[in-house]
Amino acid sequence: MDRLLNQRQRALLLSAFAALALLAVTVAGFLLSDAAMVTDFSRKNLAPCLAYPFGTDWMGRDMLARTLTGLSLSIRIGVLTAAVSAVVALAVGTAAATLGRRVDAVLSWCIDLVMGIPHILLVILISLAFGKGFVGVVAGVALSHWTSLARLLRGEVLQLRSAPYVLTAEKLGRTRLQVARDHLLPHLLPQFLTGLILLFPHAILHEASVTFLGFGLSSEQPAIGVILSESMSYLTTGKWWLAFFPGLMLVATVALFALLGDRLRRILDPATIHQ
Amino acid sequence: MTPLLSVEHLSISFTQYDRGTRRRILPAIRDLDLTIDRGQVAAVVGSSGSGKSLLAHGILGILPYNAHMEGTITYDGAPLTPKRAAALRGREIVLVPQSVGYLDPLMKVGPQVGRDKTAVRAVLDRYGLGPETEGLYPFQLSGGMARRVLISTAVAASPALVIADEPTPGLDARAAGRILGHFRELADAGTGVLLITHDLELALTIADKVAVFYAGETVEEAPAGDFDRLEDLRHPYTRALWQALPQHGFRPIPGTQPYPGALPEGCPFAPRCPKCTSECGGDVPYRPLDGGFVRCLHPERGNAS
Amino acid sequence: MILEARDLTFRYHPKGPAVIGRVDLTLKSGERLGLTGPSGRGKTTLCRLLAGYDRPDAGEVLLDGRPLSTYRGYCPVQMVWQHPELVVDPLRTLGATLAEGWAVEERVLAGLHIEPGWLTRYPSELSGGELQRFCVARALGPATRFLLCDELSAMLDLITQAQIWSFLLEEAERRDLGLLIVSHSSPLLERLCTRTQAL
Repeated sequence: MDRLLNQRQRALLLSAFAALALLAVTVAGFLLSDAAMVTDFSRKNLAPCLAYPFGTDWMGRDMLARTLTGLSLSIRIGVLTAAVSAVVALAVGTAAATLGRRVDAVLSWCIDLVMGIPHILLVILISLAFGKGFVGVVAGVALSHWTSLARLLRGEVLQLRSAPYVLTAEKLGRTRLQVARDHLLPHLLPQFLTGLILLFPHAILHEASVTFLGFGLSSEQPAIGVILSESMSYLTTGKWWLAFFPGLMLVATVALFALLGDRLRRILDPATIHQ
Repeated sequence: MTPLLSVEHLSISFTQYDRGTRRRILPAIRDLDLTIDRGQVAAVVGSSGSGKSLLAHGILGILPYNAHMEGTITYDGAPLTPKRAAALRGREIVLVPQSVGYLDPLMKVGPQVGRDKTAVRAVLDRYGLGPETEGLYPFQLSGGMARRVLISTAVAASPALVIADEPTPGLDARAAGRILGHFRELADAGTGVLLITHDLELALTIADKVAVFYAGETVEEAPAGDFDRLEDLRHPYTRALWQALPQHGFRPIPGTQPYPGALPEGCPFAPRCPKCTSECGGDVPYRPLDGGFVRCLHPERGNAS
Repeated sequence: MILEARDLTFRYHPKGPAVIGRVDLTLKSGERLGLTGPSGRGKTTLCRLLAGYDRPDAGEVLLDGRPLSTYRGYCPVQMVWQHPELVVDPLRTLGATLAEGWAVEERVLAGLHIEPGWLTRYPSELSGGELQRFCVARALGPATRFLLCDELSAMLDLITQAQIWSFLLEEAERRDLGLLIVSHSSPLLERLCTRTQAL
């Protein structure tokens, strides 16, 4: 209680910092995408030094530029897939809760089915079906990650629909649309946002994994998965920096997103709201 | 004789977030004084949502994480520290909670009351609950049965102090009377009973003395017999309560209890009080008066000393 | 106007026991009917049926001879619940909650001792007694003909109880409302009701 900033202020500050860092990486990667492709054999296989903090690879490409570009790509794919996933979750969850028992049974069965298949396997299958590449990865990750959020939102809507204040609003002559706008949406929004942000780290990791395994982005693109997979053959020859820095940055990015989501959840969760 | 439990100048406040990131401190209980002797039923009466349930949680040392407690609680002659409270609760000091929500919904009643089967049988029997009750799950209990199970669970350990937090809402007059009768029996057998309720009428049916709680303070402590006649009551608020009873005129005074975040200086009842003077904006001590206590500069009974 | 329950039966599960079994009840405008009975006898369930929150398994609820379920929009039969904190949306200010029913008149706010400052507050910042005043005000729209009060004041302190009831009695008289009053307290029912019915 005597701390300079209270929990909520610290959470806000931390979230702002995390968001800013992620934004910076995204923009930097975007600007450096050309530099990441430049090959220069006069500087190949350099260990980390001042000019090239992350070193260079066997084709003389700057690993810092490549890492940032790869991360930037990962974040953009992550944002896209998480957004698609969350929207699918919202649609499925709300439909299951409002369109009657039969629709609920079918949709719940679909949720169980998708949940029952191991994530990585499903992502690989969908990605293959969509012809790999950018489209394949986005489809694969987006179509496999909506289930738990959909189930959460379904439960929430079911509970809200029988809440006495919603029933009372209907008795007071409020239309369905007004009830949805005034009562359902404000209650779903925090769950939805937290779910959305917590989807990012999953999406990014799975994108990197399928790409690493060769079922995702094509090898010309400087994606993190591609960088890591290529570096495998050079690791044994002592070029540790090829995998170390990109891997570390990937972990850091994922951790930042997870932190952001967790902070948000703690602020919105009634059990910890006043900490 | 030292009292079983004495609470002096107890205050409990909450740290809460306002909108945004601003924090504020809400004093739910500001100055609460109370003593309970062995064999006595003491009732704390206050409006619902006024924070009186926190008294129970404070004594038991189970306040939520954002609460802060000050003041002294003495149990059996020694200070009731959080450590001591933790050791005593569930054994010597027990809580009869508000609702079945406090029972484990996935466990049958029998094992929840206690481990010793014959003791469980005996205590359930005492409250008119047959052997079939032991095999039921909490959701299968009716309101009155659930209340009796809660009491059984609490007294199975033969406690010295029973704290009952709103034990009767939702029960009809007869069932409520029966439940309260069980607390009276416990007191007659030597147990101290602290009854926390919003229902003055029901409290008066079994209590030996009543403490009236208003806006975070005890404003009066009176023997239950004083509630028979309006003239015997000390504090203007207690008198207003009495006159608002359906059988005593049903006459409300205007205004509402101030919100914990927006309390006036001095006496919190002053804005609604017919006898309020400028002095009431200052410090108002809690003092003994004619066999009870009152926190008022111009009490209705006796001469201000 | 007249609100009638004919031969109402209700069960929570198709094969479960009947919570309400073949109940008849008639309530006329201007009447104040007290409903008594031991706990667990389905008084709240009956209120929910009469206000149209649930559909009976058998029997019907009629308002002036027409099934209540055929009335659209603002329901002429409104209900005030025992626990006001469940009936207000925790994320909306009380001003917004109040406006859901109707543009509440100043007279009603004053009569229920609702302070203007409360309108911008959220439900968690007010006590049960204060919230119940809002629930009563919200239910008193101009189209309300019958008000079902399910243990309206059971959780309230005596002064709040007397305040709310003295206003409600006056209002019911003025507008010729029919009141159904559920309570465990016989002194209260004696004060309030023109007649009582046991369930």
